[in-house]
Amino acid sequence: MAVDEATVRRIAKLARISVSDDQAHAIEGELNTILDWVEQLNEVNVEGVEPMTSVVEMSMKMRDDEVADGECPEKVIANAPANEEHFYLVPKVVE
Amino acid sequence: MSDLTELNLAQVREGLRGKDFTSREITDAYLEAIDTSNAALNAYITVTHDKARAMADASDAKLASGEGGALEGVPLGIKDLFATEGVHTQACSHILDGFEPTYESTVTQNLWDDGAVMLGKLNMDEFAMGSSNETSYYGNVVNPWRRSGGDNAPLVPGGSSGGSASATAAHLCVAATGTDTGGSIRQPAALTGLVGIKPTYGRCSRWGIVAFASSLDQAGPLTRTVRDSAIMLNSMASPDPKDTTCVDMPVPDYEAALTGDVRGLKVGIPKEYRLDGMPDEIETLWQQGIDWLRSAGAEIKDVSLPHTKYALPAYYIVAPAEASSNLARYDGVRYGLRVPDDDVVAMYEKTRSEGFGPEVKRRVLIGTYVLSAGYYDAYYLRAQKVRTLIKRDFEQAFEDVDVLLTPATPSAAFAPGEITDPVHMYLNDIFTVTVNMAGLPGIAVPAGLDPKGLPLGLQLIGKAFDEETLFRTAGVLEEAADFTARPEKWW
Repeated sequence: MAVDEATVRRIAKLARISVSDDQAHAIEGELNTILDWVEQLNEVNVEGVEPMTSVVEMSMKMRDDEVADGECPEKVIANAPANEEHFYLVPKVVE
Repeated sequence: MSDLTELNLAQVREGLRGKDFTSREITDAYLEAIDTSNAALNAYITVTHDKARAMADASDAKLASGEGGALEGVPLGIKDLFATEGVHTQACSHILDGFEPTYESTVTQNLWDDGAVMLGKLNMDEFAMGSSNETSYYGNVVNPWRRSGGDNAPLVPGGSSGGSASATAAHLCVAATGTDTGGSIRQPAALTGLVGIKPTYGRCSRWGIVAFASSLDQAGPLTRTVRDSAIMLNSMASPDPKDTTCVDMPVPDYEAALTGDVRGLKVGIPKEYRLDGMPDEIETLWQQGIDWLRSAGAEIKDVSLPHTKYALPAYYIVAPAEASSNLARYDGVRYGLRVPDDDVVAMYEKTRSEGFGPEVKRRVLIGTYVLSAGYYDAYYLRAQKVRTLIKRDFEQAFEDVDVLLTPATPSAAFAPGEITDPVHMYLNDIFTVTVNMAGLPGIAVPAGLDPKGLPLGLQLIGKAFDEETLFRTAGVLEEAADFTARPEKWW
């Protein structure tokens, strides 16, 4: 299942990473090297094997449904590149 | 007074409690060592002089009144992956530029609650993605070890916890925290002559640790002795209501497990770890380790882990898949770098293109691909099935044995730029990655030198939540190996 340059551009779009033409070409080669290498997993018989969902068997922890944190908008917003009155500022998305 | 930076953690603890010296004295000694040497090693990316001195003074007040926690007054280095309130926390990535958390990770909070002193934040591979500390936005970390015979070429300290390894090996901290997703504690520990343990998945809280691959990430210490690792893990591990994957089990006294007695212990030797083309010195070291444990009264048994060779390729599907999801949060809106554009999607794309380094982009793109429509079953689902088989291999082996002994790495430290092919670099983790895939604990112990005088390590793999047997066995290996070699100080 080799990827071509168009596929690289499609997944870069999905991953929201802009790539130049040169980069797309280089990434195509690197991804194919890695994907060729992981192809060996096709040798493994996985018939009837359950996919792993949790590496350590444990039951989900429960806690009381009550507010344990919050009321700290300054802390939440402290690292925002742009903010105003406890809101994150982004470029206009709705005309 | 002799050089306080020479002491290991257990000795520092004793010296502080016995009032042989103060925390302020040893903290100042370490800060001076860092100020003198860090330019050559690039192990620290931030040194918190004022905070360190304030914490040391507070510890001294407690120690003077006979109080104080298990790590009272002990100066530590912290990997940049741990959120530290008000202090540089960027996973050594450009995309987290300027990020100073308004909260503290559970593991570091546990250390401070026990009285430890923070010297600063340590360099690492960007987002913990790397095996040589060559992917950090803050530049390469240099290994204090060099090849013998006048070869002064710099060597890598391993990765991703390369700053933690270099700083601890060069005595720029008493001990350091690390994290291990595929070998990122054990491989750098082995390459710098240190002890490093990755505990069982769920033993340490992941809350406040920048996420790479959430089903694999675990925190652990890098130290100069096995006892020091036991002391560190005692403080780092805890239940945590803020991490649902962190177990509600009490933390045993790991130090008490260091009995030095492995008589009757059943040690498994997995035949699949004997690789074609494995260097002679690795093979010899492994055999040496077997002989040491046998002489100490352990019973050696051959075991088989048939799916071993598939662990690394399965890892390079699972880890990038989880990384692509975890790293989706870096979009230039809530924290870190923003590359402006009038269009919001272009802003995301430019920010992520400029903010992530090449290895991180490579893994995010691989992860995005294997999770994309039409490929999920072929790659991700199959890899998770293989992971089930890998875990089953270990479960079957542990029906017959108590612990497994393997080499820690396929080679000693190498030079920066020496490995450029990504797959070749990934092979560095061939002996360590299986342990993460199965969620088990693993410890690297320095055991010998290669023909060039560089350190090599052995790895012990334990049953889930049986860190005590790992520490006990590691202690016996440490004593038998009597690893006293030190890098000649050039930094």
